[in-house]
Amino acid sequence: MNRRMFIRLGALGLGAAVAPPWFGTVTALGATGPILSADRKSFADLALDAARTAGARYADVHLCRLRRQFIFARDDKIQAIVSSESHGIGIRVIAEDTWGFAATDQVGRDDVAKAAREAVAIARANAKLRGEPVVLAPVKGVGEVSWSTPIEKNAFAVPLPEKTGLLVAAARAALDNGATFVEAAVFFGNDQKYFASTDGSYIDQDIHRIYPNFGATLVDKKTGAFRRRDSLSTPMGMGYEYLDGRPAGKVAGIVTRYGRHYDMLEDATTAGKQLAEILAAKPVEPGKYDLVIDPSNLWLTIHESVGHPLELDRVLGYEANFAGTSFATLDKWKSGTYRYGSEIVNLVADKTQSDSLAAVGYDDEGVKTRQWDLVRGGILVGYQATRDQLHVLGETTPQGCAFADSWASMPMQRMPNVSLQSGAGELSVDELIRDVKRGIYVIGDNSWSIDQQRYNFQFTGQLFYEIAGGKITGMLRDVAYQSSSPDFWRSCVRICDRRDYRIGGSFFDGKGEPVQVSPVSHGCSTARFNEITVINTGRQAQA
Amino acid sequence: MSMPSPEETRALLGTVLSLSRAEACEVELRGTTEGNLRFARNTVTTSAAVRKSRLSVRSRFGQRSGEAATNEMDDQSLTRTVRISEELARLAPEDPELVEVLGPQTYPAVDAYRPATAAAGPELRATAAAKALAEARAQHVVAAGFFSHETGWLARATSKGLFGFHPYTVADFSVTCRTPDETGSGFAVAQATDVSRIDTGPLTRTACRKALLSMAPRAIDPGKYTVILEPAAVAEVLPFLYSALDARSADEGRSPFSKPGGGTRRGEKLFDERLTVRSDPGHADLAGLPWSDEGLPTAPTLWIENGVLKNFFYTRYWAQKQGVAPVPFSGSVVVPGTDSSVDELISQTKKGILITRIWYANIVDPQTLLVTGLTRDGTFWLEDGKISYPIKNLRFNQNLVSMFSQIEAIGTQARVNGDLVPALRVGDFSFTSTSDAT
Repeated sequence: MNRRMFIRLGALGLGAAVAPPWFGTVTALGATGPILSADRKSFADLALDAARTAGARYADVHLCRLRRQFIFARDDKIQAIVSSESHGIGIRVIAEDTWGFAATDQVGRDDVAKAAREAVAIARANAKLRGEPVVLAPVKGVGEVSWSTPIEKNAFAVPLPEKTGLLVAAARAALDNGATFVEAAVFFGNDQKYFASTDGSYIDQDIHRIYPNFGATLVDKKTGAFRRRDSLSTPMGMGYEYLDGRPAGKVAGIVTRYGRHYDMLEDATTAGKQLAEILAAKPVEPGKYDLVIDPSNLWLTIHESVGHPLELDRVLGYEANFAGTSFATLDKWKSGTYRYGSEIVNLVADKTQSDSLAAVGYDDEGVKTRQWDLVRGGILVGYQATRDQLHVLGETTPQGCAFADSWASMPMQRMPNVSLQSGAGELSVDELIRDVKRGIYVIGDNSWSIDQQRYNFQFTGQLFYEIAGGKITGMLRDVAYQSSSPDFWRSCVRICDRRDYRIGGSFFDGKGEPVQVSPVSHGCSTARFNEITVINTGRQAQA
Repeated sequence: MSMPSPEETRALLGTVLSLSRAEACEVELRGTTEGNLRFARNTVTTSAAVRKSRLSVRSRFGQRSGEAATNEMDDQSLTRTVRISEELARLAPEDPELVEVLGPQTYPAVDAYRPATAAAGPELRATAAAKALAEARAQHVVAAGFFSHETGWLARATSKGLFGFHPYTVADFSVTCRTPDETGSGFAVAQATDVSRIDTGPLTRTACRKALLSMAPRAIDPGKYTVILEPAAVAEVLPFLYSALDARSADEGRSPFSKPGGGTRRGEKLFDERLTVRSDPGHADLAGLPWSDEGLPTAPTLWIENGVLKNFFYTRYWAQKQGVAPVPFSGSVVVPGTDSSVDELISQTKKGILITRIWYANIVDPQTLLVTGLTRDGTFWLEDGKISYPIKNLRFNQNLVSMFSQIEAIGTQARVNGDLVPALRVGDFSFTSTSDAT
């Protein structure tokens, strides 16, 4: 294909490709439907061979097709329906003890070999600047294996009218029940990832994720005040079955919350009704409160105050220019006595938890996923590390927490699911609240912020209820809680039992340069934290 | 490999449009080649070269529309993508807010392409990183940074005859230097259309100097203080202000610029008279985009002039509904500065705080534009016109309308994140807690 040909092919129907030379050779590989496994293996082998021939001592390949669907409704009108696909190959190498990476969306045999050589050339160009050689923890090749998210209903196969109909109905429900405006959206993601490495692994994974959400706003025309209530949904590593609203997925209480099944219509109806109450709620009196935090809010606090500070790349300084470093330094971990939280705080990392966003069979450097401890009995005992960081911990068993958000991105250490284990004794949310003399019950996530070493954080929420003398006495507004990560976790005094365990998460956790977004979940039961500083955000935030 | 010419792109998009069976069709095509290098712990860590492209097709049948995108450019994939967009459009409910597909537009010529950036490769990246690392090693501090360059092009066309093609280049560098005892940290950042305008050595020297100056910080009580925000810090909060200038939100009563009882605050002097905010996509130091998200030509636009809220941006639909001309948000935001350097602003400050960088800024209350965030990588107590000593980082909760009405002085500009912003000295900036982060 050359420039002239591109000009000549002004119209289709000639049975030839029409791409300009910028796009290079067009391959017959997988334009429609799934790519045949045999084809993928042959392209992966070609890239691995080219990298080895060029001088790489290790190489891995990500051949991916990433499918996305996004539907957006403003009020009761569908305003965007977008389906996209992205296909390409990324090749990562170690040459001269230095990493190199090249990626291209031209998956032709020559292009793939060229990209492999380019990755090696990049590694060589940088080798002269290298201070520390790459030390990769060994992994035994697993041969040809596959893994799929265990979905019940593929969201991409659900007829579009069913999906648009749900969004319109949810928006109408909020509008009919008091909202002035509503925005509703749903994202579906399907990552078809094929990984191969010089370790002898050929891993084929089919990963599904879903994220429905809405925001309902009430405008008080007289005063000009407006308030918004967002959905209590969360992104999940599930198929369309997350949206079926099965009663088994619901948690009854002052407001219905959701576990592994979400009822968008019900939540939108509730949100519409709650807006007037939120607008009229009592402004919080700043001070210290005992907080009872629902999993729909606590997941984000876990994410920011435990998940990020225990990323070993941050601890070591690899993220110092962007995401930052960490208060949870190696000396604290080595001491074996650093108190991260109270004795009842046990935090685990995994990429295996069902329905979670990070769940995969193998990570993006070919490691079989598993669960491990980060905090046990309140003591810091572990970090999240990739194969090239494990030697720092003196460990040899890889954890499996490398992730690349695309074929175009180099795999890096990304947060697995990080979850707070439920309390050992039987304890319901009602029982938990019964003991609180002066507190606030926090539901739903909202604004967040934390410093670059993960000490000082501030979170708001969707719904706040005042607790006085063990009872919920009414709604509050303008609440933000502010603490330091270790102080907060040391103040954790009670955690509800497993019956209340739910996961919450984010599709869009950002880290790295260039920034990559990763999906991650955090599980927990409702927990109580004593004497936490609360500020009133409606009064210029005076503590 | 060179990028396609406008003629080649026009032919390709024409081909895609010819496949369309819809009543109207819009296509957008973009391609990039990126090179980047990361370093940390005074050593190079990762480096990449990436080629990407994306073709989006939006099909229309009456008031129904659907969009599909691909990065595979063989004829089978193109046809499939067009058909998917048509299928989505046919199944979509009608959207009464859908406006007509645009016909031919006259786009401004935005000179945003520099051959030096397009020619950058692994050797140039390694040289840029080597200069930075040499500075850090010489000063006995630990550097982490990112150097990147991108060459790209955008094109769009419609079945009604619109066509646009825009090539561009951009290069970025940022560096954080930390003292070995981890108590001092400094930062510097630069962005340019022409990669040769980024000199990583002097920038790293600045970050080193700040790291050494910020060692062993003292804690001060939270409260209201006069602050000097360097351009990198201003650039972290300014987007919250200009992204709130949406006409529809203001008209609907859900904007900080809505009036109780209806109407907007356009024409009111809400900010200090020294504050002017405008879009200038053709600015020689910015090199923005020739068209907006909706495909309208971008244009220099005044948003805030001498403290007065002058304009909101209007989507095509909202403009039509309100009976006004659409005002696209043209990006490339410029806040005019002065000749006063940060050092001069410091020299005129009796007591205050110098903020190098702001981190994790987030909206707390959209009604008041209350934003929280923290200082980072070089925070200093100023007294009698000088840096007195480093201080511990602080969390702020600040209403931005108040902040921009409390400007005391404006300094020189720098390009950060695609905008051209000056340093600002602002009175009564509200800090609510301290942080142990260094």
